Amino acid sequence: MSTRNKSGSDNKKHIHLDLFLSFMKIGIISFGGGYAMLAFLQREIVEKKKWATNEEICDYFAIGQCTPGIIAVNSATFIGQKCKGIPGGIIATLGVVFPSVVVISIIAAFFKNFSDIAVVQNAFIGIRACVCALIVNAVIKLWKQSVVDLPALALFISVFCLSVFFGATSVVLVITSGIAGIIINNVRRGIKR
Amino acid sequence: MIYLLLFFEFFKTGLFSIGGGLATIPFLYDMADKTGWFTYAQIADMIAISESTPGPLGAKMAVFAGFQTAGVPGGIAAVIGLILPSVIIILTIAKFLKEFRENRYVCDTLYGLRPASTALIAAACASVIKISLFDIDLFNKTGKLSDLFIFFSIALAVAVFLLTNKFKKIHPIVFIAVSGVAGIIAGEAGLI
Repeated sequence: MSTRNKSGSDNKKHIHLDLFLSFMKIGIISFGGGYAMLAFLQREIVEKKKWATNEEICDYFAIGQCTPGIIAVNSATFIGQKCKGIPGGIIATLGVVFPSVVVISIIAAFFKNFSDIAVVQNAFIGIRACVCALIVNAVIKLWKQSVVDLPALALFISVFCLSVFFGATSVVLVITSGIAGIIINNVRRGIKR
Repeated sequence: MIYLLLFFEFFKTGLFSIGGGLATIPFLYDMADKTGWFTYAQIADMIAISESTPGPLGAKMAVFAGFQTAGVPGGIAAVIGLILPSVIIILTIAKFLKEFRENRYVCDTLYGLRPASTALIAAACASVIKISLFDIDLFNKTGKLSDLFIFFSIALAVAVFLLTNKFKKIHPIVFIAVSGVAGIIAGEAGLI
């Protein structure tokens, strides 16, 4: 983060706290795993805080698919690191898992059959439907940044079909697509020459 | 030293589970066999609770397992063990990415990675839609086409999609909260 104005030094001091709180917020509101989190990342990090672009988020998710660990944590580490180096990465990561630690400890301590309660079940039927719409929105935003030409569209369609209909592993698909990216661009340069 | 053991077991899980929280489940089964910290039935409970609370699934699985074994400190030891490998790996990659962003090969690779990443997220989205808006089990049992669709959920999803695109200023959490309430009301009214 550069110091742009008079309150710059102030911002700098608080950015660690800001990182923690922003990611904590994302940890609280993202129901339905790492992919649902995408919608909130776009809203909080890209549009409001401008800590990363949609393109970068797309890169982080791609890398998160083929490195070990939880995608939500991986993206938090990436964005935190980009803002404030290694401490930033650690702070953002702790922020994103903190609410889970609190919520799960409470549930594990007090509710034996939390998810059997009818009201909870019904609320989650509604929330799941909502999450569907939110993820579709997130995908549309990423689509605009990533499917930029015909070869990219071909890659999108192949990866989607291989994953949905043939159950291909994400790791293999991501690595192959990276190699395909190099080949496509080299062929293109060859044609130009 | 139970905390150290929890930390170490979940560190291994974090290191080898690639591709999101669901990838941790097979490791939990192994852990149940090996350590007896929790049973298979408790893992099933864990998955159900994880799916109906906010936050990343893998982290919640670790907290729940750790808590069952050794209370709050156990939960913390397990979740830190789980996230530590990926934090170290990502910090390393992030540094590399920063330095080589201008490199031609890195750019070419990212060009290929982006549509793939979007496609994988779209595929995950398709499976969420399949689970949330359609009742395939019931359809297979009865064979009636009307049993395939969960009409309440489909209507709600379409409504949220249209409203989020019309009112872009409203925070998504508002839609989540309203949808939760709508689910409760629909349940009371016998719609679902």
